[in-house]
Amino acid sequence: MNFTLKVWRQRSPNAKGQIETYEAQDIPADASFLEMLDIVNERIVEGGGEPIHFDHDCREGICGMCSLTINGIPHGKDSGITTCQLHMRKFSDGDTIFIEPFRARAFPILRDLVVDRSAFDRIIAAGGFISVRTGSAVEANSLPVPKDDADASFDAAACIGCGACVAACKNASAMLFVGAKAAHLNLLPQGKPEKDRRALAMVRQMDAEGFGNCTNQYECEAVCPKSISATVIAKLNRDYTVASVKEAVC
Amino acid sequence: MSTNGSLNSAIPAGPLAGKWSKHKNDSKLINPANKRKYSIIVVGSGLAGGSAAATLSELGYRVKCFCYQDSPRRAHSIAAQGGINAAKNYQNDGDSVWRLFYDTLKGGDFRSREANVYRLAEVSANIIDQCVAQGVPFAREYGGLLDNRSFGGAQVSRTFYARGQTGQQLLIGCYQALAKEIARGGVTMFPRTEMLDLVLVDGHAKGIIVRDLVTGEISRHAADCVILATGGYGNVFFLSTNAKGCNVMAAYRAAKRGAYFANPCYTQIHPTCIPVSGDYQSKLTLMSESLRNDGRIWAPKSPEVAAKLRKREMKAADVPEDQRDYYLERKYPSFGNLAPRDISSRSAKEACDDGRGVAATGLGVYLDFRDAIQRLGKDAISARYGNLFQMYEKISGDDPYSMPMMIYPAVHYTMGGLWVDYNLMSNIPGLHVLGEANFSDHGANRLGASALMQGLADGYFVIPATLPNYLAGEKPGAIGTEDPAFDEAEQAVRARVDRLMAVNGKRTVDSFHRELGLLVWDKCGMARNAAGLREAIEKIPAIREEFWENVRIPGDSRNLNMELEKAGRVADFLEFAEMMCHDALDREESCGGHFREEYQFTEADEAVKSGYTNPGEAKRRDDEYAYVAAWEAGAPGSKPKLHKETLEFENVKPSVRSYK
Repeated sequence: MNFTLKVWRQRSPNAKGQIETYEAQDIPADASFLEMLDIVNERIVEGGGEPIHFDHDCREGICGMCSLTINGIPHGKDSGITTCQLHMRKFSDGDTIFIEPFRARAFPILRDLVVDRSAFDRIIAAGGFISVRTGSAVEANSLPVPKDDADASFDAAACIGCGACVAACKNASAMLFVGAKAAHLNLLPQGKPEKDRRALAMVRQMDAEGFGNCTNQYECEAVCPKSISATVIAKLNRDYTVASVKEAVC
Repeated sequence: MSTNGSLNSAIPAGPLAGKWSKHKNDSKLINPANKRKYSIIVVGSGLAGGSAAATLSELGYRVKCFCYQDSPRRAHSIAAQGGINAAKNYQNDGDSVWRLFYDTLKGGDFRSREANVYRLAEVSANIIDQCVAQGVPFAREYGGLLDNRSFGGAQVSRTFYARGQTGQQLLIGCYQALAKEIARGGVTMFPRTEMLDLVLVDGHAKGIIVRDLVTGEISRHAADCVILATGGYGNVFFLSTNAKGCNVMAAYRAAKRGAYFANPCYTQIHPTCIPVSGDYQSKLTLMSESLRNDGRIWAPKSPEVAAKLRKREMKAADVPEDQRDYYLERKYPSFGNLAPRDISSRSAKEACDDGRGVAATGLGVYLDFRDAIQRLGKDAISARYGNLFQMYEKISGDDPYSMPMMIYPAVHYTMGGLWVDYNLMSNIPGLHVLGEANFSDHGANRLGASALMQGLADGYFVIPATLPNYLAGEKPGAIGTEDPAFDEAEQAVRARVDRLMAVNGKRTVDSFHRELGLLVWDKCGMARNAAGLREAIEKIPAIREEFWENVRIPGDSRNLNMELEKAGRVADFLEFAEMMCHDALDREESCGGHFREEYQFTEADEAVKSGYTNPGEAKRRDDEYAYVAAWEAGAPGSKPKLHKETLEFENVKPSVRSYK
């Protein structure tokens, strides 16, 4: 298959970037999107150029490292997958494909398609955990968790922290990411003692990082590779409101 | 304490079941006020490194943690699908610490240390408690209690799981514990930072030299000890189920500084991966072993039927029952499709070598859910394996609900690693090695659901107890980065980077990596023989020499430069591969993942005549090879020096491994 690629190139964080055009020729239909870029990069390097930089690691949809906006859609138009799980057979021969980084003020570009998502780590560090010291845990089965709660918690815990939700949102809001973490932990009995503190701390850190507000467009849910439901945002709003009231009263 | 061969494994004396308790009682302690004076470097942030960094920080040590990924949450532990073993016996099916110990030791083909494996089984139950307390959403039953399933190589249900994403959920739990300690100030995290050398001061590990992958800046870090938790070396084969960034650099840099590398030839080839489809392929994808609980593995009985299937003149679903060879059920009736990984992989290779392979390349067999769907219904199968079926469909374009999956073995895990003693300390004082990066617990083959167990056991429970044995003898903060040893190491690192950049040849880094990978897969993969290994040992230096004369790394080293990152890693694989082949050549026996074609059971053997095992099964030679091969790296191209640690079996009698 043959494609024309329009790729965002930017040498360094403060350099000016622009779209450049590459011809991707003789690409096997069974190649993944990233393998297509590997082939293009091999040819760029052989031709004396510098390869297109992009983040990737596990290449099986779980590490959350790959982060391309393909034809305007984070991870491309196929639903429920990451960029590394997208295969070229999903495109038509001769397509022109635009490839850009995950764009958001809180995700500064490092080079080409590589962005800095450390803001997510700082949000988790603010409260996205259960404070349990190693060694002090109680016997695992001493704390039954109703299966429905465990399953709902799991659905939220499936988040891989890729940032597609932010890249898709016109406000660059991180509410789906933060909501997913809050739901994962707040739904479990183990997470209850820190529920209020967690909701307040994570939301405040999110704001401090420069993410925007949620205006209920649900673009985040549509692009989420793990199909995390936007209901976690509603739950976060509720947890945050309750915690704020308690904080004001206390 | 016992000394085995030339290496002191520091295994405590006394009865097996009491060794770990006794060792903890005898270990040194550091008082809480003094702990904060000690600094510890942890390289790697997966299950082993992340859990160690978090736990050591909780104890009060000052920790610096490094990873090459953009966040510690992305370490490749995240990709483990199936589960984690623990001897909880929640199923009341007769499990115990002893059974988990025995299964793991036997699964490893009696090439691991009894004491280490027993400790692993012992702490396994604590891991589950810890993870549940952290909020890891393990699968539960309707009563709210934890669910279990069975897994390859075991006849009890002791595997805890979180859908097909157990590694992800355990790593997120560990990452959150780490994040908590980062916020508290106990851990300083250095993401997108790669260790390029280990610094020794008076023979002790006291620091590392790193490169900031974003700015290219090279810097020094000193500490009272160094912990490596940098994973395995499966990517030496280029194609593996490892993440693209996984590499041997940190471990091999340590080896170049004198750390012994143990059993590098023990590599695990996982039986259920999606077959290779073309030479553009960048990695292989694992399909969880848990699929073997309900899927039946088969190949056509005749090469003629296989040929039709390869040419797509016939559909797998249309192959009549009497034309199917459910070879694992046939050869290993008591374990069937749950036979251990090494045995299942080799059986798939045999079927394909017979000309009975499917997939366009002839390198594939079927994993069929037809019977399970008929028995349990599509919904039940979807609930168990839905995400795996979806993953398969995305990659292959085929629907596994209506067509059997095609699978083939692929490199997955490496049992070999840096040599460590019972304290997880290498032969270099102060250098400790955890998780897949060490060699200690899995022998020649790892059982399913035990990698996660070992990584977390090492990080949460073993190293916090054993590290004071080293640290208590050291004056905290005695060594700083101004020590001349850091000058030497930093200059060596800078010279190596400059040398790589200066080659300015014609071939890409990946082209060398692929060439090396194909060679080692061919000669040191699922089956090895002396002639092939000698050929590889002869050919690897030629690839390496061409690499250093003809590799092309564009751009500059003071910027984000992913070609330079890859080049450094491939340069080390090009040396390490040779050591791996030397180890495989030296080990004139078959055991676990190391199958030497010269050493297999034949009709002439008593064990075959008696019906205990089959011809073609791996033949160990305990009299001569019941040792750990710990290799001391020499100059590139020279044979590494072998040190042996004799394996002593005081509680278990090594037997011919049979899963019939």
